[in-house]
Amino acid sequence: MAGLKRYLPVLACALCAFLAPPLLAATKTAYLLTQLTMSAYYALASLGLCALMGYAGQISLGQAGFFAIGGYASSFISKVDLSPFASGGFVKFLGFSGLLVRGADAYGKAVLSISPWVACLCAVLLAAGIAAFIGTPVLRLKGHYLAMATLGFGIIIERIVRGTQGLGGADGLSGVPPLPILPGLAVTGERAARAANFTIAWLVLALGLLALVNLVGSRAGRALRALRDGEEAAGATGIDTSRYKLNVFVIGAVYAAVAGVLLTHYNGSIGPGEANFAKSVRYVAIVAVGGMANLSGTLVAGLVLNFLSLRGVFGRFDDAVFGIILVLVMVFAPAGKERGLQVFRRRKGAGG
Amino acid sequence: MSILEVSGLSRSFGGLRAVDGVGFDAEPNRVTAVIGPNGAGKTTLFNLIAGSLAPDSGRVVFDGSDITGLKPYRVARKGIARTFQAIRLSERMTALENVMLGRHVRSRAGFPSGMLAAPWTRGEERSIREEAMKAIELLGIADYRDRETGGLPFGIQRSVELARAIASEPRLLLLDEPASGLNIRETRALAGLIALIRARGITILVVEHDMSLVMDVSDEIVVLNFGRKIAQGNPRDIQANREVIDIYLGEEDA
Amino acid sequence: MPLELILQYVFSGLVYGSIYAAVAIGFNIIYNATGIINFAQGEFAMLGGMTASTLAGLVPLWLAVTAAVALTAASGAAIERIFLRRVARAGVLKMIVATIGLSILIRETALLAWGESVRTLPFFSGNEVSSLSFLGAHFSPQVFWVAGSTALIMAGLTAFFKFTLMGKAMRGCSANRDGASICGIDPGRMVTIAFGMSAGIGALAGCVVAPLTQTHYAIGAELAIKGFTVAAFGGLGNSVAAVIAGLALGMLESFSTAFVPEAYKDVVTLCVLLALLFAKPTGLFGSRAASMKEY
Repeated sequence: MAGLKRYLPVLACALCAFLAPPLLAATKTAYLLTQLTMSAYYALASLGLCALMGYAGQISLGQAGFFAIGGYASSFISKVDLSPFASGGFVKFLGFSGLLVRGADAYGKAVLSISPWVACLCAVLLAAGIAAFIGTPVLRLKGHYLAMATLGFGIIIERIVRGTQGLGGADGLSGVPPLPILPGLAVTGERAARAANFTIAWLVLALGLLALVNLVGSRAGRALRALRDGEEAAGATGIDTSRYKLNVFVIGAVYAAVAGVLLTHYNGSIGPGEANFAKSVRYVAIVAVGGMANLSGTLVAGLVLNFLSLRGVFGRFDDAVFGIILVLVMVFAPAGKERGLQVFRRRKGAGG
Repeated sequence: MSILEVSGLSRSFGGLRAVDGVGFDAEPNRVTAVIGPNGAGKTTLFNLIAGSLAPDSGRVVFDGSDITGLKPYRVARKGIARTFQAIRLSERMTALENVMLGRHVRSRAGFPSGMLAAPWTRGEERSIREEAMKAIELLGIADYRDRETGGLPFGIQRSVELARAIASEPRLLLLDEPASGLNIRETRALAGLIALIRARGITILVVEHDMSLVMDVSDEIVVLNFGRKIAQGNPRDIQANREVIDIYLGEEDA
Repeated sequence: MPLELILQYVFSGLVYGSIYAAVAIGFNIIYNATGIINFAQGEFAMLGGMTASTLAGLVPLWLAVTAAVALTAASGAAIERIFLRRVARAGVLKMIVATIGLSILIRETALLAWGESVRTLPFFSGNEVSSLSFLGAHFSPQVFWVAGSTALIMAGLTAFFKFTLMGKAMRGCSANRDGASICGIDPGRMVTIAFGMSAGIGALAGCVVAPLTQTHYAIGAELAIKGFTVAAFGGLGNSVAAVIAGLALGMLESFSTAFVPEAYKDVVTLCVLLALLFAKPTGLFGSRAASMKEY
């Protein structure tokens, strides 16, 4: 029935994933590919926030915090040198399970580290765990209290990563190892792998979008939309509203963390700037201009705005632009129950 | 045995005792109406039973199990459905989707199966849709099923809400002023619907102002005034009850 | 811990606490007048200090501070008239989101105008090395200016709301908007004035602490959340409690530097603040009724 049309954006993303070779041939430079790859990851984080803001109706100013948790945790864990602990049981266990990586650092000294995949998994689990932990009390708050609490969370994360020497302090972490997927294929920023990484990024984006489109059309998605439109009625219909809000909060955090992990391994580095307030505002602005409960709107806004930003089109006004967008969307948005500018208005309720 | 036993239910707001020691039983498969002048505490009573308000004291026992103070979603899962005085539908969802929500308590698919569009949910989705359609057809609103409820006429919205409530196959249905805003023709149709729902074995508890509807459909009437129960009985007895006549006549004079 | 050290922390706590209290008062004034939380509140404190730092090179200090306060107050009022007036119709949540956007805008404008460098103001009396001593602890005379201006703000506001016609009009508006407009009070004008006042108060606090704490284009967000939680802690709308809570927060932050590295100072306070928000969002002294209080 109503269903299949809403999968078009997913298909579009998947198809775009394979545009890499022709794009590379056309532009003869890898910069475009890199910017598009990074845009895809930022769009993924924005989609997570769309689920939370648009469907569960909860505002969060801390999305950048979860992005940073993902990126920093994965970097840190995959860079930690376990050689001093080589005789310990834990390291032996890791070696036994094939999760150790022997390598050498910049000076040629032998280094024993954890497989990047383990690091990645741990980072995402950490983000999910933190979201679950703070989600319960945070989501009991309403309106401005919720916004402030998530803002506070974001600032806490930023201060922690900026202030801890072990996390690189103000300079952040660099030298982050690639994330191997298949023999010969890895998430990395090396020139030779740019085209492959473009494909990876857009396929991940397509998968992420697919999961959310599926969700919206499912029983849980209906419950979420009911929740957004009226918590009391949703409760009377048998929906455990607290649990549903928490689930979406965690999902949003996971999307941000996955984006953070992959982008960090792609770039090979991450800095405290990824966690700051302005970044969180960007995600909110993208969801707002995309239409709040509109996945494809958020997708397009996330891709376009991040691409332009990465290309330097906004120049020194980079952060300011998102602030302006947010203000304009609020000023010109239709009054009444609708929140945000419905740029891509859908006729039927399904998938919208 | 009564399907719903309310005893000693009380709730105050500040200094105001909205509901004061109310107790009554609702017999299974019957229509029990709760009436009383404005401010008598009828909707508060409903909210106490349905779980959106916690009582200060008293008990609510549904089919043998104590549901006092349970959260609304838990009450719903026990088999109690309710409608609201002011219509509470998801305005941006279609009528069909709203009614499908009614099947929430009769289905299980959660977030993981939702996001993966797991094959085992297909059967469940199909059955949700079918059962929802049955409720929609029962209420005669099949023409509106794919339209966003926000744009529907008031009477149709009421029917959608009712369809959502009965789609959950409740054993007890709480109707909060279902005739409010309906014209005479629609109210008569409502009376027919209530009879139909009752015929399916569902117990109904209804709060209502429209006396002709109440007298028409109810098997038992509970009268509240100032938060207290002042009378209970079948329609004929209530119509003849001095105290009840007084509070309504008194209102007319004032 | 030696007494002098404790006193140092106390004075430092008072200084920072005053600015949090001023931001909190600003939140309360706007909340009482409009029911919204103005995320850009922290930026006004930043603007005051930054503007004064530029003017201080050109005109006498007292003039620089006065002008900075006036200019910031005017910008606050202007921002309300130009942007927020239109969003007001669309509901509370949209207005909050709009103020979030505005805070970024103000921040970026400040970055463009003043760059990333840290700025400061000359001390109002004496200079960086002048100090008074009390029970062995040394503190700058600026601390008196800080305490003094906080007291002045409190006294001024009390007098304003109690004795002046405009103050009473604002109280009327916040208690009952429709009733007030029937009496001939223009609620829109009251809102503009509320924004102007909040901005001015924030700016004054920003100027007074600038010689001690310096100022920087990015301090707004942090001030906003600390100020907000202080306001919430005291019960949104209750400014006396806000001052107490603000000073308490300043102390907490100051003393925590004894136990925790400087870099984590904010983390500790923010965690405490989050815990408070979770535990009792209506504030320790607050209740729904209290949040309707005058200012």
